[in-house]
Amino acid sequence: MLRFLFRRLLVAIPTLLVVITLAFFLMRAAPGGPFDTDRILPPEVVAAMEARFGLDKPLPVQYVEYLGNVVTGDFGPSMKYQDKTVLDFIKEGFPVSLKIGLSALILAMGVGVTLGSLAALRQNTPADYSVTAIAILGVCVPTFVTAPLLLLLGKAVDWGLPSGGWNDGALPNMVLPVIVLSLPQIAIISRLTRAGMVEVLRSNYVRTARAKGLSEWTIVTRHALRGAILPLVAYLGPACAGVITGSLVIEEIFQLPGLGRSFIIGALQRDYPVVMGVVILYGALIIVLNLVADLLTALLDPRVRLS
Amino acid sequence: MTARKYAIGSDANARAMEAVKGRSLWDDARRRLFRNKAAVTGMIILAVMVLAALIGPYLLPNDYSHLNRDNVWASPGEAGFVLGTDSLGRDLLARLLIGLRVSLAVGVVATAVSLVIGVIWGAVAGYAGGKVDELMMRFVDVLYSLPFIFFVILLMVTFGRSFILIFAAIGAVEWLTMARIVRGQTMSLKQKEFVEAARAAGLGPMAIIARHIVPNLLGPVVVYVTLTIPTVILVESFLSFLGMGVQEPLTSLGTLISQGARDMEIAWWSLVFPAGAMILTLMSFNFIGDGLRDAIDPKDR
Repeated sequence: MLRFLFRRLLVAIPTLLVVITLAFFLMRAAPGGPFDTDRILPPEVVAAMEARFGLDKPLPVQYVEYLGNVVTGDFGPSMKYQDKTVLDFIKEGFPVSLKIGLSALILAMGVGVTLGSLAALRQNTPADYSVTAIAILGVCVPTFVTAPLLLLLGKAVDWGLPSGGWNDGALPNMVLPVIVLSLPQIAIISRLTRAGMVEVLRSNYVRTARAKGLSEWTIVTRHALRGAILPLVAYLGPACAGVITGSLVIEEIFQLPGLGRSFIIGALQRDYPVVMGVVILYGALIIVLNLVADLLTALLDPRVRLS
Repeated sequence: MTARKYAIGSDANARAMEAVKGRSLWDDARRRLFRNKAAVTGMIILAVMVLAALIGPYLLPNDYSHLNRDNVWASPGEAGFVLGTDSLGRDLLARLLIGLRVSLAVGVVATAVSLVIGVIWGAVAGYAGGKVDELMMRFVDVLYSLPFIFFVILLMVTFGRSFILIFAAIGAVEWLTMARIVRGQTMSLKQKEFVEAARAAGLGPMAIIARHIVPNLLGPVVVYVTLTIPTVILVESFLSFLGMGVQEPLTSLGTLISQGARDMEIAWWSLVFPAGAMILTLMSFNFIGDGLRDAIDPKDR
């Protein structure tokens, strides 16, 4: 177990290094710079600004210095917003993105597992087919289609939910973004649960539970469900990546002050440190979650051996 | 392939075999595919859409970039515009067909890029085995755990919104799964007698990969290709939605949806029709892909 953890961490470090290096040089290769504004600044001003942020040094030197700073936890100041550091951006934006993303994941888990189990228990009935249909729709209707369509629908029926804005995370402001973000995940989770459940229901230990005379409810919730949702643990990493990707669009459509928007705006404005900070944070998050997923799978399923 | 097999037997033998005319694996697969209603529906819809995207624009009276200043925001059916017009009075039907063409083209070309890289990478890694395999697949693992959408966005920002780059950027990211699938298949093919025979006949590794391994990968690769195309279309639309797709006046389904989302308060049609086209395209591909998987690999059902 410890050896496995050690080896995986050994792979995680170069992965993160690749993330940082790729993002750094890609961002710097982009035409223009953070000090290109509509109003053309005098060259001396630009030169002074560049000197202040160290942009006048050769690129490899900047890269090494940046790496050194990141290791000590210093992500630098924003180049576009005076007296705001990248950590300020993360402190402001990440809780918003996290709250939405986590709510969406929890909702997707609840609904997806319920639908998937239902479909497996009522195999080849209309209930099963409707769950399959939902799963297909969830995969084929992307978030950037669902969100505007829902807003259009909301205009027609007027359900009184705000069409955007954060409002300090008030519940009505959360409803639509969270639903939209969770739909693709509901689709995948219900499909995974259905497949897992169908297999588990045929297994010997479920037959034993039946033979003991347990009620169907107990069999499903206490025995079958545990085995059926095991594949979901491995899906944790990809699910998280999917939610992060979705949040880029959701935050744009619903005008939420999350980290995804900081990234897009930062990339367009060439605010190098902000872009780097977001990429590193999300990259690390995905790497850690993949690791956690592997460990959890091994802990929960004695058949899995870590190698 | 069948002809060669029969040629081995004697004449009488061949005639006897003619009588029962065996069905090849591919015949079976085709039969199963055409029995699948969802897949057939998908194929028909897709065929219609491809035709419409290819020749439709030439049959329409209005060019997709032509501005009709007298018919701004025409609703569907008004003044001869079947699907209405946008804020600049451009024919939505014409724009939709061009957008469909661009999205399909991006999907096919980017998938082709990922196909070429993925098949070569996977086949070489799987056939070589050992240290080479370990190294090549570790590389894939590292790339796999990158937050790839950020890199695609950075690529778009860096190299501008060029058409070629969209292909390359998406294709270069999507090849990873292909490489994994191909590697797995190659490793099992490598053990087969015909590869051993080829090796005994003195063929080099590259020739064996090209002549004997790659052709036998067709099944799983075809399935994965039909499922990659919609993924790529989705990624392209995602980028377009964020304002990093193809440039005006050219358009794609994602760009149209993005404009439609902005204009939907005034013109619902500018959102609903592109969104519908998008959903229909993705569904068709997914149905065909699922149907192909069931047809080619029936044990996986």
